[in-house]
Amino acid sequence: MLAISQECMDGQFGLAVPLLRFRMVESVHAPSESELVARLRARDESAFVELINRYHGQLLRLAGAFVASSNVAEEVVQDTWVAVLDGLDTFEERSSLKTWIFRILSNRAKTRGVREKRSVPFSSFNEGASSDEPAVDPAQFAADGHWASAIRPWNEDTPDKLLSTHESVARLHLAIESLPANQRAVVTLRDVEGLESEEVCEMLGVTEANQRVLLHRARTYLRTVLDEYVDRR
Amino acid sequence: MLTCQQLAELVTEYLDGSMPLVKRAQFQMHIGICKNCRAYLQQMKMTVRTLGHLPADPVAEMSPETKAELLQRLRSMGTKK
Repeated sequence: MLAISQECMDGQFGLAVPLLRFRMVESVHAPSESELVARLRARDESAFVELINRYHGQLLRLAGAFVASSNVAEEVVQDTWVAVLDGLDTFEERSSLKTWIFRILSNRAKTRGVREKRSVPFSSFNEGASSDEPAVDPAQFAADGHWASAIRPWNEDTPDKLLSTHESVARLHLAIESLPANQRAVVTLRDVEGLESEEVCEMLGVTEANQRVLLHRARTYLRTVLDEYVDRR
Repeated sequence: MLTCQQLAELVTEYLDGSMPLVKRAQFQMHIGICKNCRAYLQQMKMTVRTLGHLPADPVAEMSPETKAELLQRLRSMGTKK
C-alpha cells in the first residue's frame, strides 16, 4: 500500500504532482492544496468536505483561544468557512490555502473576542509578553544561577508514550486551554499546527519578539506539565 | 559565561534559529559542559515534538446542518469563468 505523506502532498512539488496522483488500489490519497483549490473552483463539493474535515477541528481550537464560549467559537468558524467560499475565486495562492484560511479565522476571532470582551482585548495582545519576568520559576535555581536540583533527560520514546496515553493527552489539552489567550494562540499556531513564525506574527498581529516571549512562556509551562508524566531513565 | 538560569530563558530563541552568532556560541558552549542544561534543552525539544503530534480533539465536528448550509452556498455560486 502506498501512503503519501501529507507534507509531500502539500509541498510545491508542482512537477511531481501528476506522478503522486497516480492511485494505487488501496492507497490513501490525500489531495494537495492546489488540487483542492482547483476542485473548489470547479464547485466540487467533495473537495469542500475534504477541506472541512482537514481544518475544522483545528480552526475551532484556535477560535477558542480568542473567544469566551464554544458557541461563539463555532459561529466564528462558520463565518470563516463562509468567507472562504466567498473569497475562493479571488484567492491568489500567494500564501498557502491553510495560511489563508487561518488568517481569515484569526481576524474574525480577534474581532469577535473584542466584542465579547474576552480576557485579552486585541489592543493589549502584546501586553503580558514582557521579557522582564522570567518564564522559568526562579525557585528552580540556586543563588549562583545553577539548577538547584539535577535535570535528567527524558527517554527517547517519551513523545510517543505521552501521545498514546489518553490521560496525558487530555492533560496536555487541558494545560493548553488554561494558558492565557495570547500564549495559547501562539503555541497552538506555532507548535500544534506547525506554522512558521512569520505567518503567525502576521495572523495574530504581534511582533516577532513578542511572539517569541509568548511561545517561550507557553512552552516552559507545558514542559513542566509533561514532566509529571514522564518516566525517568 | 551564561548561567543555567539565563540559558533556560534563551531556549526558545535558540530553537527558533534566530540567535545571533556570538550568543549562540555562548549558548552552545554552556550546553557542552552542563549536563542539566543539556537535559533541559532535550526536554523542551521533546515538548515541542509532542505538541506537534497532538491528536485533534474528537468532539470538534461540524454539525450536519451547518455542513449542508455551506454546501448549498457552494452549489449556488456560479462557476468562475
